[in-house]
Amino acid sequence: MLKNDRKYFVFSYIILGILAFFMIFPFLWMIFSSFKPSWEIYDMKLLPSSPTLENYKNIFTFSGFPKWFLNSSIVAFITTFSVLFFDSLVGFTLAKYKFPGRNILFILILSTLMIPTEMLVIPWYTMSQKLNWMGSYWSLMFPGMISGFGIFLMKQFMETIPDELLDAARIDGLSEFKIYWKIVLPLVKPALGTLAIFNFIGNWNAFLWPLIVAQDSNMYTLPVGMAYFSSEASFQWEQIMTGATISTIPLIIFFLIFQKQIIQGIATQGLKG
Amino acid sequence: MKKGSLERKYTITAYTFLFVPIIFFLVVRFLPMIFSLAMSFTDWNLLSKDINFIGFENFAKIFSDEVFLKSLWNTIKYVIFGVPLVIFLSLIIAVMLNRIRKFQWLFRLLYVMPYITPLVAVSWVWRWFYQPPPMGVFNSILLNLNLSTQQFLGSTEQALFCIVITTVWVQLGYCIVIFLAGLQTIPLEYIEAARIDGASRRQITWKIVVPLLKPITLFLVVMQSISFLRIFTQVYNMSVQGSGGPLNSTKPLVLYIYEKAFVNFDMGLASSASLILFALIMFITFIQMKFLNEKS
Amino acid sequence: MKRAILFAVLFIFMFSFAFSKTTITYWQYFYKTKQDTINQLIKEFEKENPDIEVKHVTFPYENYNQKVAASLPAGVGPDVINLFYGWLPMYIESGYLMELPKDTFNKDYFDNNFYPFVEKSVQYEGKYYAVPTAVRSLALFYNKKILKEIGLEQPPKNLNEVIEVAKKLSKYDKRGNLIRAGFTMQPSGQHHHWLREVLVRQFGGVPYTSDNKTVLYDKTGAKSEVLQWYVDRIVKDNVGFPNFLNDDVTAFQSNMAAMTIDGSFRLGTLDANRNLDYGVVELPEYNGIKSNFASFWAHGITTNAKGEKLDASVKFLEFITSPKAMELWLKNTGELPANPEVALKYYDDPKYGPFLKGLEYAHATFFADEKAQRELMMNAIDEVYLKDVSAEDAWKKAADTEQKILDEFWNK
Repeated sequence: MLKNDRKYFVFSYIILGILAFFMIFPFLWMIFSSFKPSWEIYDMKLLPSSPTLENYKNIFTFSGFPKWFLNSSIVAFITTFSVLFFDSLVGFTLAKYKFPGRNILFILILSTLMIPTEMLVIPWYTMSQKLNWMGSYWSLMFPGMISGFGIFLMKQFMETIPDELLDAARIDGLSEFKIYWKIVLPLVKPALGTLAIFNFIGNWNAFLWPLIVAQDSNMYTLPVGMAYFSSEASFQWEQIMTGATISTIPLIIFFLIFQKQIIQGIATQGLKG
Repeated sequence: MKKGSLERKYTITAYTFLFVPIIFFLVVRFLPMIFSLAMSFTDWNLLSKDINFIGFENFAKIFSDEVFLKSLWNTIKYVIFGVPLVIFLSLIIAVMLNRIRKFQWLFRLLYVMPYITPLVAVSWVWRWFYQPPPMGVFNSILLNLNLSTQQFLGSTEQALFCIVITTVWVQLGYCIVIFLAGLQTIPLEYIEAARIDGASRRQITWKIVVPLLKPITLFLVVMQSISFLRIFTQVYNMSVQGSGGPLNSTKPLVLYIYEKAFVNFDMGLASSASLILFALIMFITFIQMKFLNEKS
Repeated sequence: MKRAILFAVLFIFMFSFAFSKTTITYWQYFYKTKQDTINQLIKEFEKENPDIEVKHVTFPYENYNQKVAASLPAGVGPDVINLFYGWLPMYIESGYLMELPKDTFNKDYFDNNFYPFVEKSVQYEGKYYAVPTAVRSLALFYNKKILKEIGLEQPPKNLNEVIEVAKKLSKYDKRGNLIRAGFTMQPSGQHHHWLREVLVRQFGGVPYTSDNKTVLYDKTGAKSEVLQWYVDRIVKDNVGFPNFLNDDVTAFQSNMAAMTIDGSFRLGTLDANRNLDYGVVELPEYNGIKSNFASFWAHGITTNAKGEKLDASVKFLEFITSPKAMELWLKNTGELPANPEVALKYYDDPKYGPFLKGLEYAHATFFADEKAQRELMMNAIDEVYLKDVSAEDAWKKAADTEQKILDEFWNK
């Protein structure tokens, strides 16, 4: 039995290792390409033969890039905080209060998950125009301030919290909002972590909407800004790869910070089903 | 009496909490959707000033457009090939990963890397990998193995599968993380008990673990189906000039909608097509919910 | 006291009136050297016209057209805008562009100051809508180092001979895979233009009727044999194939293609590549026929510009299309002056020369739907090359599809 187990473990590690290489290889290609000078970019070698920081220097002295990085950060952080707050509040309300219209509201919110964004961008655009939001961060952010998916996740989560706990708090004289804020929120930290990361990634990498609504290069986010490097005259692969590498770094950091919470979060949600 | 007033109090509290979100969903989701629905019965073109009601003409038009039918079929193909592949692979890997303790975190991080890399960048790198010789990485591997080279993205038969593989590669990490999380909630006693009963490893996996993962599987199948139905960025960036080529063999519905809306500016027609996509998403989600619920 | 205040108010009022500036907005797509050039021109323009301020906004090339269209219903677009000539009919039709003032921009003005194809392409139903600074044409680029391998200093002038040279310069690995293209075959690059406006004519045909309303390439000259000829170079000669090394530009830039057909706008990019030693000659002739494809980006005034803004826009338009601007444009971006007189002194330039000579016998295609018309050409080639459809069927299908697009446009 034990011998069998060892064999199995070795086998597992080999398979997992090969897979890990397969998963990481394109990623390595991207990073190493960012250190290649432009004339070496199409070589078939993974490692640059004469590594250079030129691409990084270019991208940061290139007028827009630092600003795009800032824009992406602002948009991703603010929408993430807004989503965390509203989604948990709505999830809490739907899970813990019985009131007329609860089910229909939940179904309606859930159904928004199925509306393709592509269907909404034109009305959003017209709306931004009419309400004079163009050129502001708000115009970039407003479609993502609350997410249906997050509400679904939160509701699933909140339902696992025993009602007795809330009743006890009520007896202690806490207001309903305080119950949400002081009792419930700390209990769902893992779920918040999950929501935070997926939402952050989503907003950081969002492409279609920022592309449509950003009025000038000052308001661009990273993925949109990267389109500047594939102009009509040439594909600046080395700049694209550099930009992509830089824009991935915050996400990796973010993932590392929240890794544990994500696992916990999903776990609880999965058990509940 | 007391119960009634309490209920009223909760109702008021609930709607106070929901006030801003309800307005948000109305203004940012439902009204635009209704607007979009209404537009699908008009000939609204971004470049023309007047809008006319034309009934079902747009629908008649798209269903007689072979490019639309092709992209509809492509979208279904993406789901049919992509979803089972990503679910099956991620489940196997997650089970395997769950058994090991050392470096589990490292593997998890490596696997999830593709998911957190911007999709635009992923597409470009893969496009590069699929190139014909002498540039393409895969073809040079094939050459080294003395196998015949492939056209990959340049072939009408292979291109769609190439994009499926890239997408599976991206989504795999996400599914693994979620499956793994689910696996770690399964009480060890269940497995120990089965083991004492003499169940083999394979039996434990398929008879105990997988059924316990049903809720998570359902969640993932629905989520992945929706994401494959909405496939866009990778196709746009991996086909020549974002055309969904060669010969429309990779064009999904969303790209069709995008082209109608932002290249031809035919908003009415694009709205009609997006309505079809919406119906498709509803339909597939419904079927899956039903099917997976019944089986358990 | 009161009087003093009154004077002060009056003074401030007059002061502010005299110094109030008209601000106009100019849009173009992002291209580093073009952006810099326009910025430089704006500076000079503002010095000459202190009461006008020009705001310059750029967008990535890929999404430029979309951006422009999206700004239209909202009425927030620019006053002066840079558009591809092939998009003009669509934007004119939709009422986006304003007819240019007749007193300056009339037939004489265009006849005297621009290449002949410009006048045809910026007018619609007898009215003029846009003015270019620069124009473009095609030429044959060749890699000097590779050509020297067989002792050639320059590619031959005749198409058949060019292909013979290409065959000699193509290299294959031991399994027969092309590893160096003798001649790039890239329909998504400039070849769809080359096929339509150059090869069709060289095979004795005419692509369209002169009123641009009817497709003729399937009815005149060698008809579908043009397409067959093109695909044969891929399949039979294997001197190149679509997407070899991702695209023709990449292949040529990395010394993996001996010859390629490309536009004048590529000069700047290629010059920046220090590993490349290349030359340019006129497009190869065939059956004694020379032809070329010309295109350009032109500046138009949108219907947003009214009153003072309109006057300022017209001034700005004249300024950025002046001979002086053209020379600066050529120097900075490598794009050819739209005015033959300005171009004259560059006729013997080894790089600009072939393009300028090409302009004299060039044609500009009329596009009702530029993207669709480009794609149907690419698809015709793909169908024969990838799907083994007969050239006859594929060519007919392309012609029918294109005819439908033209009919739809003209019957609107």
